Amino acid sequence: MNAVLSRRGLMALGGGLVVGFALRAEEPARPGSLKETPSLDAWIRVAPDGRVTVFTGKVELGQGIKTALLQVAAEQLDVPVAQIDLVTADTMRTPNEGFTAGSHSMQDSGTAIMNATAQVRGLLVAAAAAEFGVAVETLTTADSTVRAADGRSVGYGTLAAKLNLHVDAEPASTLKDPATYRLMGTPMPRVDIPAKLTGGPAYVQDMRLPGMLHARAIRQPSVGAKLLDFDAGPIEAMPGVVKVVREGSYLAVVAGKEWQAIKAMRALEAAAKWEETASLPDQATVLDLLRGLPARDIPVLTWKGEAGAPVKRLKARYTRPYMMHGAIGPSCAVAQLADGTMTVWTHTQGVYPLRSALAGLLRLPVEQVHCIHVEGSGCYGHNAADDVAGDAVLIARAVPGRPVRVQWMREQEHTNEPYGAAMIAEVEGAVDAAGNIVDWDYGVWSNTHNRRPYVGGLMLQNAALPEPLPVPPPAPIPMPEGGGERNSNPIYAFPNAKVVSHFIPEMPVRVSALRSLGAYLNVFAIESFMDELAEGAGADPVEFRLRHLKDERAKAVVSLAAEKFGWVAGKRGEGRGFAFARYKNLGAYCAIALALRVEHETGHIRLGRVVAAVDSGQVVNPDGIRNQIEGAIVQAASWTLYETVRFDRKRVLSRDWSGYPILRFAAAPESIAVHIVPRPGQPFLGTGEAGQGPMAAAIANAVRDAAGVRLRDVPLSAPKVKAAIGV
Amino acid sequence: MIRLTVNGQQHEVDAEPDTPLLYVLRDDLGLNGAKFGCGLGQCGSCTVIVDGQPVLSCLMPVSVLSGRQVRTIEGLGGNAVQHAFAEEQAAQCGYCIAGMVMRATALLEQNPHPSEHDIREHLSLNLCRCGTHMRILAAVRRAAGQGGKS
Amino acid sequence: MVVTKLGMEAGMKLSRGRVVAAVAAVLIVGGWAVWHPSIAPVEGRAAFPPEQIARGAELAAVGDCGVCHTTDGSRPYASGRGVPTPFGVVYATNITSDPDTGIGKWSEAAFRRAMRDGIDREGRHLYPVLPYPHFTRATDQDIAAMYAFLMTRAPVHADAPPNQLPFPLNQRVVLAGWNLLYLSPGPWRADPAHDADWNRGAYLVEAIGHCGACHTPRNVLGAEKGGQALSGGEAENWYAPPLQAASPAREAWTVDSLATYLHTGFDAHHGAAAGPMTAVTDELAKVPAADVRAMAVYLASMMPNPAPVSVVVHDGANPVFAGACGGCHGVDAPMTRSGAPSLALSTAVNAPTPRGVIQVILRGLPWREGQAAPYMPSFASALTDGQVADLAAYLRSTYSDKPAWSDLPAEVAKIRGAS
Repeated sequence: MNAVLSRRGLMALGGGLVVGFALRAEEPARPGSLKETPSLDAWIRVAPDGRVTVFTGKVELGQGIKTALLQVAAEQLDVPVAQIDLVTADTMRTPNEGFTAGSHSMQDSGTAIMNATAQVRGLLVAAAAAEFGVAVETLTTADSTVRAADGRSVGYGTLAAKLNLHVDAEPASTLKDPATYRLMGTPMPRVDIPAKLTGGPAYVQDMRLPGMLHARAIRQPSVGAKLLDFDAGPIEAMPGVVKVVREGSYLAVVAGKEWQAIKAMRALEAAAKWEETASLPDQATVLDLLRGLPARDIPVLTWKGEAGAPVKRLKARYTRPYMMHGAIGPSCAVAQLADGTMTVWTHTQGVYPLRSALAGLLRLPVEQVHCIHVEGSGCYGHNAADDVAGDAVLIARAVPGRPVRVQWMREQEHTNEPYGAAMIAEVEGAVDAAGNIVDWDYGVWSNTHNRRPYVGGLMLQNAALPEPLPVPPPAPIPMPEGGGERNSNPIYAFPNAKVVSHFIPEMPVRVSALRSLGAYLNVFAIESFMDELAEGAGADPVEFRLRHLKDERAKAVVSLAAEKFGWVAGKRGEGRGFAFARYKNLGAYCAIALALRVEHETGHIRLGRVVAAVDSGQVVNPDGIRNQIEGAIVQAASWTLYETVRFDRKRVLSRDWSGYPILRFAAAPESIAVHIVPRPGQPFLGTGEAGQGPMAAAIANAVRDAAGVRLRDVPLSAPKVKAAIGV
Repeated sequence: MIRLTVNGQQHEVDAEPDTPLLYVLRDDLGLNGAKFGCGLGQCGSCTVIVDGQPVLSCLMPVSVLSGRQVRTIEGLGGNAVQHAFAEEQAAQCGYCIAGMVMRATALLEQNPHPSEHDIREHLSLNLCRCGTHMRILAAVRRAAGQGGKS
Repeated sequence: MVVTKLGMEAGMKLSRGRVVAAVAAVLIVGGWAVWHPSIAPVEGRAAFPPEQIARGAELAAVGDCGVCHTTDGSRPYASGRGVPTPFGVVYATNITSDPDTGIGKWSEAAFRRAMRDGIDREGRHLYPVLPYPHFTRATDQDIAAMYAFLMTRAPVHADAPPNQLPFPLNQRVVLAGWNLLYLSPGPWRADPAHDADWNRGAYLVEAIGHCGACHTPRNVLGAEKGGQALSGGEAENWYAPPLQAASPAREAWTVDSLATYLHTGFDAHHGAAAGPMTAVTDELAKVPAADVRAMAVYLASMMPNPAPVSVVVHDGANPVFAGACGGCHGVDAPMTRSGAPSLALSTAVNAPTPRGVIQVILRGLPWREGQAAPYMPSFASALTDGQVADLAAYLRSTYSDKPAWSDLPAEVAKIRGAS
């Protein structure tokens, strides 16, 4: 497909719906999100006093995007960072950039802002040239000012007052020479951190609007539970309670103070009677259940070529369970119905799609819903951020005029967020006598990885309400990004290969996007199997990978990680592991080498030194890249060592951190070092999800090296490791 | 009315006596630092310091605070731990950070020269989900004068 | 059990003078029997059948070897914790196969003598913190299996710290007299009145699991009191409830509930293992279900069978409980609604001593890395002694029909001080 795809349309419509594609092959492609929102003033405005406002449809999730976008804008415009106000996703102010997801923010918004600001700088310089009667080339810019060789100067504010920025961006921009960058490529302290370190208001959880009420929802105890009749009278009489909201099986309570709302919620939970059905699968056999469900087979690739005769053939199956996002702060939203408009402050990843979903839920036209992004606690994909906004609007509608703040309780977040999908990958491969992989047959089985709401039917509350809206069927995300099949296409050059994605529509457990989607399991499987084949071929794992890589940037990242780690070819038995992937084969390259110990008596894995190398294209904030990779390494360590959502046939049992243990400080690696391959002038490559898959496989490969056992079923929990190594 | 002393200031708040300190700090006193994370004493994002000890404010009924000194991140006034966290850029989403700073502050007040093991064990009561652990550890080492990044 | 304590009876005041006098008496009685020969060292590492090693691992778990002999998971069995006793601190030694600092030079016979008689390879007395008065009943076969297991652990070079005991207790010869009084050698004898399961359980409980080390009261010299087996004791200032007729449990301990509790550390009718017991149930999780069930059969046979009681919860309005405890233990809390028992069923709340309740409030239940397991935070910093005492009194009056505890503030201060 060489037509211009609107990725926003793709994302906003939930992946598989091709109707969202804008086919505009006749137009030249504008870079990044300028494709969908070409007007320069949608991205940048310059006030008469010279203050600059930059707009992005992306949101801060703790990944540091605000800081990076400011660096880009300040660099290309030659404006001090302090002179720029950055406005993030707001359905009345910013471009619609769909979801902040898939490590796309720098690729989409960063690219758009870089080009828009460069073009605006060009227009400002051209205006100054006209004013001074000199050639453009004789002018320089710095500190929001254009200077002529003869000493004359004029401020951006003055120039901008005479400029019309409501024009479409040109397809090509004159960017600065990367060699002259002063801000891009240089570490810059994050602009959001000071408030977070001093108790400043930083999150939607911290919002306090005049007259604000506090609310709590009472969740259905299990999927499809029906609320039976009960007497809410005593709860309505509790101190501070303003209202009990009940619509069908939807139940919530509003009170003056937060603790009063919580106590009333607990009382309602004790009083409410539910009719429940055992709708969950048997956890012990759920992978087999998934493997047997009807699936739609989607060919990912078929390669056929000349190859040597296979001398060793291996086959393996890799699996992962349902996993949780588990943000430390339960999701929160504030909503207010005033003057016919429902305003929602939300930490959703997509204000525009959420606006449509909420409008559907409320049966309001979208124009009457206004979504404003405010930061929340960590976001690792589609968690409860959207659903809590559903609570906020339903409750706010019941108390018109009053702002309502709703936060979920810990057990509500744990038991109601959409989980990362359980998955199965089966792979068979063969090497020839020279140690080259000559055959590769790979299949992956998965539910969807995208149930993000863009219509009301996808909101959690929908099923509880008296007249539920239709629910769109789950859909796969097509390659090259992919959902369950993300990164199922090996980056290695194999003469023969076949990859098939088996998309399972039926969802025994509610699932959606969890950071890196299918890439986590696919990279775990591919990179584990690469080590298995290397072992079969008697080759060193790093050398074996390099042998099969043709992409020079991939080779550079693999070599750098090995070098910085001090990888010695052929040295085995010391608990060293290596793995590599390029996220989606489109984003950042990341290789990880690590050392670990396995406690023989307990099976606990003790992470030692972790060394990563990453190529993110043009670097904007190197410290931001390091922070993201470090985070990926530690979070993926937690997933890989510990995590499984537990449930019985009726209810989720992992209702708090005691039932869903995650990594704590005592078990963090001894050290992590991240080395960046600089690529000045190259396109930005999304980095936030590049490390998870490699970390999982590096752990499994190191466990094999340390303890002589190959584990293929995540998590590599202590009892499983102990059972594998024996007495 | 309940009386309590927060960051050296006396307050009288109209709260029910079972109200956990967390909600009094946030809703009655308008302080943002202590965060609701679990309400179960499992994650530490609500950590504040009472009489020099780190406590979980989500499980601390305000009625037990008579005569005791509550400190929150708003009252630290830019201490060495806060500076070290800024130097190390030790946050991703940052939701857990105020709790981390409070617990680390309490540690260093009692044990100015903690070992790596001490720091890890002490912080293990606080959860971070973004995976900022290495930077948080580096920040605590830096605040303890042991240099930062490992 | 977790800690074999040279403990004393609860509440008994024991002066240094009395100990010394008693020890002197023991010395006089037992002084003649102090000499034991060294057993020749073995060189090199022997091989053992895998089944024997595996069985040894299970027995070592029943016997809780790792609880005292491992402090650092990277150096298992390489010496360990200092066990606090009323007489001083005794350190668990290195029982890896290291020839210099461990038991690498010990023959099976030397190991057997240590387990049976409390005498090390070189002929020195071991302190009965090692529960050899229990192990003495273990079969040759089981001792051999444990020997095979330990001798195949990785050698770790590590010396145990020196014990911190006053004179004359630091003179090991005194133990000769102690053994004369309190060690009754001899094999385990099956009771033909009971079936094989019961007897298997009895053997595991008494000879290997040494449950009595904590759950049997001890006399002034730290020996388990004769005739009071499993009638309740203490460990590290935690209450170790009776495992027989005197059990204060509100719901009967059945074979099923005991087996579940011992294997998982939690039972929906009784609650979670706490204090030193968590390490015990963590070890038992590694033991075959049939063995744990046999232990449950034996223990359940001694337990009372109280009539089912309806859980009476008296007035529940207490702001400290509501704000500090209610989020988990309130009737409408998620934990309670998903199967955690009412505090009315708690053994600690119904116990004659408040020690268990105070300990749990002050120390909570620890995290177990990566395990979905009960957890409770410590309230030691949040609540003052007076507040803990008030809370304990409230729990007692609200969730139990038993008489109020006395001296609560003093009990809290004592337990807080003895961390």
